[in-house]
Amino acid sequence: MLRSLSRVRARTPLVAAATARRARPLVPTVVSRRQYATPAAASASTTAAPVVNYEPAKEAKHLKKVLIANRGEIACRVIRTARKLGIRTVAVYSDADKDCLHVEMAYHIGPAPAAESYLVKDKLLAVAAASGADAIHPGYGFLSESPPFAAAVSAAGMKFIGPPAEAIRAMGSKRESKEIMVAAGVPCVPGYHGAEQAEDVLCKAAADVGFPLLIKPTHGGGGKGMRVVRKMDDFVEELRSAQREAAKSFGNDEVLLERWLERPRHIEVQVFADTQGNCVSLWERDCSVQRRHQKIIEEAPAPGLSAAIKQDLAEKAVAAAKAVNYVGAGTVEFIMDAESGEFFFMEMNTRLQVEHPVTEEVTGVDLVAWQFAVAAGNPLPMTQAEIPCIGHAFEARIYAERPESNFLPDAGRLIHTAAPRDAPHRLDTGFREGDDVSSYYDPMIAKLIVHGRDRAEALAMLRSALDQYQVVGPSTNVDFLRVVAAHPKFAAGPVETNFIPEHHDELFPPKVVPAEVLAQAALSIAHHEPSQGEGAWGSLPGRRFTDSSAHNYHFDEGEVVVRQRPDFSYDITVSGAAAAEGTPASPATELHATVKRTGEHELVTQFAGSHGTATVIPHGPKLHIFTPEAQYVLRRRGAEVEGEETGAGAGSDALTSPMPATVIDVRVKPGDTVTEGQVCAVLESMKMEINIRAGRDGKIAAVNVGKGQAVEEGAVLVALEPVEEAK
Amino acid sequence: MLRTRIARPLLAASRTRAVVVPSRTLIAQPPHLPNGAPPQPLPTAIKQNSPETVAAKEHMGQLVERYEGLRAKAREGGGKKTLDKWKSRGTGKLGARERISALLDPDSAFLELSPLAAHEVYPDDLPGAGIVTGIGTVSGRRCMIVANDPTVKGGAYYPLTVKKHLRAQQVALENRLPCIYLVESGGAALPYQANVFPDHDHFGRIFYNMARMSGLGIPQISVVHGISVAGGAYMPAMSDVVIIVKNQGRIFLAGPPLVKAATGEVVDDETLGGGEMHTSVSGVADYLANNDSHALRLAREAVLDLGHASVPSVKPDRPVRPPVYPASDLNTIVPPDSRQAFDMREVIARITDGSEFREFKKEYGKTVITGFAEIHGHTVGIIGNNGVLLSPSALKATHFIELCNQRGIPLVFLVNVSGYMVGQAAERGGIAKDGAKMVRAVARAKVPKFTMVVNGSYGAGNYGMCGRAYSPRFLFMWPNAKVCVMGPDQLSSVMQTVSGKRHSDDAEKQFAALRDRIEKESEALYSSARLWDDGIIQPSDTRDVLGLAIELAADEKASRKNGGGGGGNGTRGEIGADGDSGDWGVFRM
Repeated sequence: MLRSLSRVRARTPLVAAATARRARPLVPTVVSRRQYATPAAASASTTAAPVVNYEPAKEAKHLKKVLIANRGEIACRVIRTARKLGIRTVAVYSDADKDCLHVEMAYHIGPAPAAESYLVKDKLLAVAAASGADAIHPGYGFLSESPPFAAAVSAAGMKFIGPPAEAIRAMGSKRESKEIMVAAGVPCVPGYHGAEQAEDVLCKAAADVGFPLLIKPTHGGGGKGMRVVRKMDDFVEELRSAQREAAKSFGNDEVLLERWLERPRHIEVQVFADTQGNCVSLWERDCSVQRRHQKIIEEAPAPGLSAAIKQDLAEKAVAAAKAVNYVGAGTVEFIMDAESGEFFFMEMNTRLQVEHPVTEEVTGVDLVAWQFAVAAGNPLPMTQAEIPCIGHAFEARIYAERPESNFLPDAGRLIHTAAPRDAPHRLDTGFREGDDVSSYYDPMIAKLIVHGRDRAEALAMLRSALDQYQVVGPSTNVDFLRVVAAHPKFAAGPVETNFIPEHHDELFPPKVVPAEVLAQAALSIAHHEPSQGEGAWGSLPGRRFTDSSAHNYHFDEGEVVVRQRPDFSYDITVSGAAAAEGTPASPATELHATVKRTGEHELVTQFAGSHGTATVIPHGPKLHIFTPEAQYVLRRRGAEVEGEETGAGAGSDALTSPMPATVIDVRVKPGDTVTEGQVCAVLESMKMEINIRAGRDGKIAAVNVGKGQAVEEGAVLVALEPVEEAK
Repeated sequence: MLRTRIARPLLAASRTRAVVVPSRTLIAQPPHLPNGAPPQPLPTAIKQNSPETVAAKEHMGQLVERYEGLRAKAREGGGKKTLDKWKSRGTGKLGARERISALLDPDSAFLELSPLAAHEVYPDDLPGAGIVTGIGTVSGRRCMIVANDPTVKGGAYYPLTVKKHLRAQQVALENRLPCIYLVESGGAALPYQANVFPDHDHFGRIFYNMARMSGLGIPQISVVHGISVAGGAYMPAMSDVVIIVKNQGRIFLAGPPLVKAATGEVVDDETLGGGEMHTSVSGVADYLANNDSHALRLAREAVLDLGHASVPSVKPDRPVRPPVYPASDLNTIVPPDSRQAFDMREVIARITDGSEFREFKKEYGKTVITGFAEIHGHTVGIIGNNGVLLSPSALKATHFIELCNQRGIPLVFLVNVSGYMVGQAAERGGIAKDGAKMVRAVARAKVPKFTMVVNGSYGAGNYGMCGRAYSPRFLFMWPNAKVCVMGPDQLSSVMQTVSGKRHSDDAEKQFAALRDRIEKESEALYSSARLWDDGIIQPSDTRDVLGLAIELAADEKASRKNGGGGGGNGTRGEIGADGDSGDWGVFRM
């Protein structure tokens, strides 16, 4: 606690300076270990003032019961604040979610697919009516940005916790929103989309758009005919070339011009408006670290921006919100040129966003509490001048996915989870150990949020929290996030949205499992501290008495021979994985270790003086190893994992599901002949469509699945027969 | 089961010695006596850095290393080259030990038996006698695994191969362990047929045992990985369940050459006795596997389906606690000169739970030590030697065996015995009849017996201390152990005396040669090579090996109580001595 006290002292003057008569922030949602990382707690520990202390309007209105038309993490998040404010909540759940964390006082709303549950307005309205809710919180995703739903909720006499339907609709239309923004003086990406295609017109337009700019065929696609032009001198030549290519490729040489951002950053501003016409900015976030156009690490404030730019961003965002008579929490997204700091309106998200916690951390505001206040009809709890921006916050999104397989989503049971033990953090999650990450919904497991005094400190906290965060079950991106968080470019400051593809190789370093880690894996099986109540056979795993007490462990990543010395220390020989044919196996490493087991899964190992800890969790044939430096997944070879054929229909002629998924289309029937690469079935998993293609020419021997069916990873979808038989 | 436990005061003798305070903290709290006093661990007089300890450690270290080397060599079977050649005969073929590893549960211990069998017995090298046997856990159940090593003479059965196979079956029978045979063998080694084929304990006995065990409700499972011909064909044919590997496993009474010679019929291996034929036409095999790994997985599944016909695990009698002294100390107890005495309590203190020993009749017949203790949580009666057996020692041991027999407590013999006392005084004291009492008690005790030869096992002392002839469930040796009718010096001197030869250089040479030969024949290696024991272990493994063995017996006893197994009970005793209530077993239909 010493450290925390000093942190509190350091922060207090800042708080005071930022807000002369600032009310106490709302209760942020915090996990218990993290008292000292939030301004709220800081305030709470320096004064005896009650934590919820903003001044309500004279005739403050309160919500009584809120239906949360969502699931998982965001449902839990909303419930937490509601509880603190004495607002009762009603949850809904689908078949797939019946055991989920958010399900308490809950109504069943249908089968697993969202289209039959969380997206069915009538069901939700019926539940709201039946439960006596006076408001509906849509969370994010699902119906959060559906104008008809917002309208229907209002029509049913309930409060929709979000903007008016008209604002959602206006911002939902790309074209319309741009027009509104231009009218409101919010910068949009300059461009020329005119039908007039004369060269001199285009030249003039180019000068207006500014450089660099992008020439794009109007009817094109796939990057064909696109030209980036950096100065006016090159424009005509590039234009002609682009037109020629467009004509050839698309039969039409029409082009459009758009300003090109060489190094775009994704900067967004959290805004909040009330029904009285007040609108404030809660400062900006930087969400440039993205994969597959989805954010994975967000931070607030955005690094490397001048006060003037920040101010400008905030003002433009507020102007954007006001232009559509916005109410509630919203996010105005901008694309920003990393060099010039120029920014342009992209779109407005008319909901509370996944990454809202970083804003909560730096402002001390509970955004969900504000949503409730505004929905009830109260004015905003703070004025713009009262909203601070203290320190720096990061959020890392933990996904069930396989980063190394192009971030393909994964699913499965969380057989082990452990929150960081010794790192201050906030963990927003909708899962507990033992829960299933279902393939029906978004595969985000949790959000890990840290708040430090400055960016470097916060990033260090993020790294250490990620180091300690353990998930076993589905594959996760935790290790990838660690690599990202440790990347020197990211540590140095702002990155651009193409950070991950641009640094792909550095972010996916070849995963070399150190000999020590292989040794720890083997020792986790070999080393046994005598325990009560177990007999000899249960307590002597892997013993080989006639083999010099040697234990042999085979992993895909290498072979380990462990020999116990008479003093109960171990001699360990680690040899490389069975090398590919023709290449020599890597040389063996000899180690000597002493081991102590400190918990069911925790080992303390000592290799030649270096002290190490490891948590080793077995999961089927896999061993998950968490060390302070990294995490590894080793695969143990045994009877179950040898390359045996599992029987008829499997083998190489089987097309299998690469992940747990739902079959959304089957395009072949038994007896069809298919050619290599032909799509036989289409799966959907976590918003992704996956085409299952024939690996070679052949005849369809069997189709084992039907449309709409949920399939597990490895399920045989379609079986092929050799093409010879087809003839 | 409430038994009053009395805290033993320190040994009178050890009061004057420096008592080393145990350095390892107890992980589990010791069970408290009814009066609240915790039981005391045995004291120790071993001083870590004394010259005696260092010398003993160095001597034992060399022996341990030597045997490790020999076992490492034996483990390779026919060698890597032969194995590679063998593997190239079919896809996915595994070596014998790889098969066992794949069959066992990933975390299973493996109690291998007699890995040095046939060492330097035949003119040809026959590592491990060409067969790997041992007990391990398959699908959660303890099983006896018998795996032919085809890299050693094609898996042919030499006389000692047969003996090792029969010994494994005996262990399986006594402990009611399902048997899994991983078959790849050309059958009897024909040049040795006289010592392989005809006698009571020869090749035929293997199949007799299979029938008998099946009848007693002890499942017999064969996995045919390769050739299984002639007599060998009965291995699968006599099994309850047979798994065969496609295109690799072959079962036939006669191979194609013999068929051609006999009937003129020309047929290939696979057609004559391949997996597809046997699973679809003849019914000789039940499951068709794609390769070795698949076959072993099928075997693991088959064990899952054994129902009541295998032994479930029981909990140990008491919570397990490690000894307070490290097992490594066991390498430092026996002096390099095997004739020098040492206190067997030092061994006991390193193998019993909490190093505790509730000693019986401590002040009487002091050359034998008797008392109760737990090993891996299982209560046992321990009989250890602290010198030559005198009449009182023999009577005390007899008394103690009777106690254990009455209470159903297994017996552990820690052997370092030069024999029963000789001489006028001893004979007049009736040592012959007192020794005979002890031998009779050992022979007739119904409780499981376990023998660990810690040093010497000589003369009738070998009988009284439950030598091989007295059917201990298991008999293991320390590397320094010696088994002989008497010491080589004594033997050659007796021979010299009875031969009536006068002293001469020639005679000296002759008797010196005899002495050397006896010396060699009394070594643990000589014994282990001939299956007079179940293997030579490291002293530091004593507790764990005994623990596994005792637990097998405890499980077997519990299954008898629960009426486990399909047929009958009463599995003790000589296999041929029927009288069990077993039935027909499983006919292959």
